[in-house]
Amino acid sequence: MHTPLPERMDRRLAIKWMLAAGAGAMLADPFSLAASEAAGTPAPPAVPARGYGIDPDLVKPYTPGDYWPLTFTDAERRTSTVLSDVIIPAEGGWPAASSVGVPDFLDEWVSAPYPSSVADRKTITEGLAWIEAESSQRFGKGLSDASGDQRASLCMDLSAEAPANSPLEAGSKFFKRLRNLVAVGYYTTPVGMKDLGYVGNVPLARFEGPPADLVAKLGLTDEVAW
Amino acid sequence: MPFVTPDSVSDKYDVIVVGSGAAGGQSAYTLAMEGAKVLMIEAGRTYDPRSETPMFQTPDQAPLRGAGNPDKPFGYYDATIDGGWSVPGEPYTNVSTERGRKFMWWRARMLGGRTNHWGRISLRNGPYDFKPRSRDGLGFDWPIGYEDVAPYYDKVEMLVGVYGTNEGLENTPNSPEGVLLPPPKARIGELLARQRGRGIGIPVIPAHRAVLSRPLDFRTIPAKLHPGNAKAQKVLAEDMQNRAACFWATACGRGCSIRANYQSTTVHIPPALATGNLDIVTGAMAREVTVDAAGKATGVTYVDKATGREHHASARAVVLAASACETVRLLLNSKSALFPDGLANSSGLVGKYIMDTVGASWGGNIPLLEDLPPHNEDGAGGDHVYTPWWLYKEQLAGKLGFARGYHVEFTTGRQMPQAYGTYGNDTGGRTSYGSRLKEEARRHYGAYVSFTGRGEMIPNKDSYCEIDPKVVDKWGIPVLRFTWKWSEHEIRQVAHMQRTFADWIAAMGCVSKNTPSADGSRAIEPGGSIIHEVGGTLMGATPSTSVTNSWSQAWDVKNVFVADGGVFPSNADKNPTLTIMALAWRTADRILDEMRRGNI
Repeated sequence: MHTPLPERMDRRLAIKWMLAAGAGAMLADPFSLAASEAAGTPAPPAVPARGYGIDPDLVKPYTPGDYWPLTFTDAERRTSTVLSDVIIPAEGGWPAASSVGVPDFLDEWVSAPYPSSVADRKTITEGLAWIEAESSQRFGKGLSDASGDQRASLCMDLSAEAPANSPLEAGSKFFKRLRNLVAVGYYTTPVGMKDLGYVGNVPLARFEGPPADLVAKLGLTDEVAW
Repeated sequence: MPFVTPDSVSDKYDVIVVGSGAAGGQSAYTLAMEGAKVLMIEAGRTYDPRSETPMFQTPDQAPLRGAGNPDKPFGYYDATIDGGWSVPGEPYTNVSTERGRKFMWWRARMLGGRTNHWGRISLRNGPYDFKPRSRDGLGFDWPIGYEDVAPYYDKVEMLVGVYGTNEGLENTPNSPEGVLLPPPKARIGELLARQRGRGIGIPVIPAHRAVLSRPLDFRTIPAKLHPGNAKAQKVLAEDMQNRAACFWATACGRGCSIRANYQSTTVHIPPALATGNLDIVTGAMAREVTVDAAGKATGVTYVDKATGREHHASARAVVLAASACETVRLLLNSKSALFPDGLANSSGLVGKYIMDTVGASWGGNIPLLEDLPPHNEDGAGGDHVYTPWWLYKEQLAGKLGFARGYHVEFTTGRQMPQAYGTYGNDTGGRTSYGSRLKEEARRHYGAYVSFTGRGEMIPNKDSYCEIDPKVVDKWGIPVLRFTWKWSEHEIRQVAHMQRTFADWIAAMGCVSKNTPSADGSRAIEPGGSIIHEVGGTLMGATPSTSVTNSWSQAWDVKNVFVADGGVFPSNADKNPTLTIMALAWRTADRILDEMRRGNI
């Protein structure tokens, strides 16, 4: 499960999201806080916003903040920007995460009223505060002022799976979740898609199928006439 | 004046069609093209795929990178609007909340209904599928056979455009020569699945999907579909020329602004409107089918959602195409002195024997597909190949432990990256980041293959819906209450899917620590989640054992017809939409005949 799944495959996740909402079937308003509490989600910090509803304009370009207010504090935005660029740095001509809007995406994600966002809000905001405190304790300065080497050593520690109840357990879980969100934020942009090697989303006169030399190289044949 | 308001609805209709999806669209199309005056009643708003489809939008132009949530369960760009497994103000209830006992009811309150976002997989039922009880003693036979429906499958395939091939496999019917459009080439992962499937005895053939792989032949098809009807031929020929062929980009689930795939809103409704014989009233929630003193239907009472006011429309006949369960609800809520238990319910069977499709899936990373050179695999916005059920003989011999089969749909390829992807495979137990994350993401992109089983559920007496005695929707209309239960046949079928998929993935070179659960009851997806619900108004041979006759005509009320999946006495593994359309066309022909003869 390492790879972006195609757009048409998301039924299981669709159901998971639905069930996370408390199987809203019985509920008059599946987006209410009561819905996520019914599903056993830990009580999150209140997000006083509503979602985009069931009939948003799908064609209109959207900007984070259009549907619900962004809630990162300046400190959270600073820390998340630094970490985004540790997770996806600029390299080999590809830009860093922060230059394709990933911190804005993180902000809209944790500020959204939906169940998965409400759960992440707790993980991410507490994690951002925790890592600043950890940086201060280790290096005598916050993450933004720490050197590249210092940031790298802290992230290296967090990337290891921490034993249960160890001091780094929460930090390590936070780092993994943040990594996933940053990667989603980056790879779903046109630049990130190009970085992966996605070359579709353009109209074609014909669909040629896979390149013939690739088919041959993998020992496959397309002998059926279709 | 095609789109009308409650105040401009005429009183001179031949037929009222409730619903505008596959069943309502096909019914209205056939009736209007053949000269009947039709009023279509749709609970949702009007919807125009030409201007409302997000064709090339990327996830970064959507809230939350397009991720799904309770507002849009299949993601922001899914074509469904005002719908989902939960619709605000329109509840339904379940008797049990236990695992495996709940039914999830998907509704799409929009013109065209679910046809706007469906998978476009268009499979014919085979001869066995109409006579399952004769074959294995379970469930019900249909009162009709494959030969009764085949001419209508031909017509629907020619009208909507379906790609695929004729392979002559068991219970997987061929179409007549020249009916199907050529299928797109297989993607690299599909070719690998085919090669390795062959080694373990599993066939892989081109999928059948309602997508135009080339333009429809507007010069010859109209005359085949509407012989002797010059006006209909002209209207259809003009409309067919306004449908473009697929340009091999964007997922079909978003809908299609160039009208290259089948949606009721792009294929059925435009020509029907062009005849001048179809009026459509949207935002109209049907409440009740009304009857006269003789027990004949007089029309439909509906609530104008904008004002909350009730209106009545009259016609000579009523076609219920509201979706299987919504049609049940409408019939059960149509109580009168003559029909105290609801309309068409003298058998007591309205709402009984609801079926969904059995679903489970499994997949993994295929090292052979890692690090491939970039190439465009968007294709037709859905599956190019599939596996029809291939173990009929073993099953009939009782070797499998479950009575009905499944087909397999595939997910492979270098599709547009989505919010639910995970990137990086965290080798060595570490959360990858930085350069390593990027290397892993590039290497694994396009290397994931997943198999999705879609199987037949046998109707059972513990899967049904009825009116909840306590709960009403926001217009005061009593709602449905569901009871659900899988049988051992479905549970064992899912266990077989999981074993087969794990073997297949392994044969493709996947090395994974994960193995699927051997317990089918854990892997089976919840009832209603595949959104193939049928049954509830079963057709049959006698009035005491069924709700409608073999023409989908209510036994008790001869001018009420059911055109949706409600009439299915069984739910073959084949996705129901094509069969719904074929039956709806056949029923519309019957209505036209009955009207000509003066019977209704």
